[in-house]
Amino acid sequence: MTNLSVLYDAPGPRAKRRNVLYAVLFVAVLGAFFWWVLQTMADKNQLDAEKWDVFVTDSRIWTTFLWPGLQNTLIAASLSLVIALPLGVLFGIGRLSDHWWIRRPCDVIVEFFRAVPVLLMMIFANAAYAEWSNIDRDVRPLYAVVTGLVLYNASVLAEIVRAGVQTLPRGQGEAARAIGLRKGQTMVFVLLPQAVTAMLPAIVSQLVVIVKDTTLGGAMLGYSELLTNARLVSTNYANTIAAYTVAALIFIALNFLLTSLASWLEKRLRRGKRGTGTVVKVDPSGLMDQPGGVALTPDVSVPEPRAVATTGASPDSARTDVTS
Amino acid sequence: MFDFLDLEQYDLFGAFWTTVQLTVFSAIGSLIWGTILAGMRVSPVPIMRSFGTAYVHIFRNTPLTLIIVFCSLGLYQTLGMTMFAEGNVDTIGFRLAVLGFIAYTSTFVCEALRSGINTVPVGQAEAARALGLSFTQVLRIVVLPQAFRSVVAPLANVLIALTKNTTVAAAISVAEAAALMRTMIENEANLIPIALLFAIGFIILTLPTGLLLGWLAKRVAVKR
Repeated sequence: MTNLSVLYDAPGPRAKRRNVLYAVLFVAVLGAFFWWVLQTMADKNQLDAEKWDVFVTDSRIWTTFLWPGLQNTLIAASLSLVIALPLGVLFGIGRLSDHWWIRRPCDVIVEFFRAVPVLLMMIFANAAYAEWSNIDRDVRPLYAVVTGLVLYNASVLAEIVRAGVQTLPRGQGEAARAIGLRKGQTMVFVLLPQAVTAMLPAIVSQLVVIVKDTTLGGAMLGYSELLTNARLVSTNYANTIAAYTVAALIFIALNFLLTSLASWLEKRLRRGKRGTGTVVKVDPSGLMDQPGGVALTPDVSVPEPRAVATTGASPDSARTDVTS
Repeated sequence: MFDFLDLEQYDLFGAFWTTVQLTVFSAIGSLIWGTILAGMRVSPVPIMRSFGTAYVHIFRNTPLTLIIVFCSLGLYQTLGMTMFAEGNVDTIGFRLAVLGFIAYTSTFVCEALRSGINTVPVGQAEAARALGLSFTQVLRIVVLPQAFRSVVAPLANVLIALTKNTTVAAAISVAEAAALMRTMIENEANLIPIALLFAIGFIILTLPTGLLLGWLAKRVAVKR
């Protein structure tokens, strides 16, 4: 039910009038609410022009507080993603391993860090760095924030990687085995590249979560990101409501940008995927003389490993070779 | 190993009880408000649809920490909203946190429900309309019950995320688990046991929730 207008009839004259009435009532309630909010703000002098126009007239707000804060937010977020991504791939592959002594520990680690709140990990990392390392006081919050975010997001990304690999058509892995690739080769050359493209939108969406979670480090560890600096603005200019509103708007704009990027990527990949999807579908039907040759080329260009696999001593040894 | 755990000095169970209370109240509130939002987003009145969309986009893209801190510094300390609990600072903080969690979590409930509505076959709504049911009746009697059954698993994930997110209330000094953990780390030397203790506490809270609701999701799912 993607077209939601099936939920109601096309409005006739009476329904149209009723909808207008509902709209008017709704606007009235909403207007009353906003009027009450604005009235309360006016009572507490939060609507005074000097609390708001400093964001336009006083450039120091941006140069000393908001812009450096945004920079720190982006630094922590991108560092976390860059470190968490390879870790996540590692654990995601680990969870797909055929060996229980690799799979189980990866399962436990991933499930553990997914179940624990990221704030606890940040607090723990902060205390741990203070006790057991000589990281400078000034950069310790950054380290703690990034550590907490990496631990949490690596486990989330591991799940994304696992899902990405598992949603690939089974024929991909089977074909890689059939041409005699070892399991590591299958993963690195066949499954992962496809899974990573399929995962891209999910990874970008995860970046939104990371950006939002950096504010935890600001509020709890004193990392000077955008939220902390908005608080500094509010204490310097005595404009709590205005400062937080502007900070929220920056976050919303940033995250909206990232979300739009994610959905654009998804749309693009879905269109592209339809191409490979048909190729995969053509293959099992046995149409090896299919024009276009995409399905044909792997067969022709890599005959050698396949021959090795089939001419091996026994079918069993060939299979263990493929699965080991 | 756990000799640091002086339950007289540190109210461990009280802290986790506050976490549970925050979770339960916020979950009930976000379920109600999220359902209303989802109803608005599919309603025939354009202004309600745009309000729902705008609300979801604004609150989902704002960091939860910012919402919670704003509830305390903005709503309470600046605008003087006391949430009907004048004078009692603890209650005010608790209610402000619940308000913030509801405002944030309801957007995820709304989106989950909307995707659930998408899984209901078109014929269901068409048949309901053919019987002459109005929009609210179609939604209330036919579509939403089926939608809810198909989104138990996503809603379980939202609930688990909410449980973990309640730690953010520590930012406005609500005496829940994360706040206690910070206090204990500052006072005691046993860093790793303390961290493990609280991690296990949260696993105890989230793991059964996930298992129970996963079982429920399978049980109530509409077989199609």
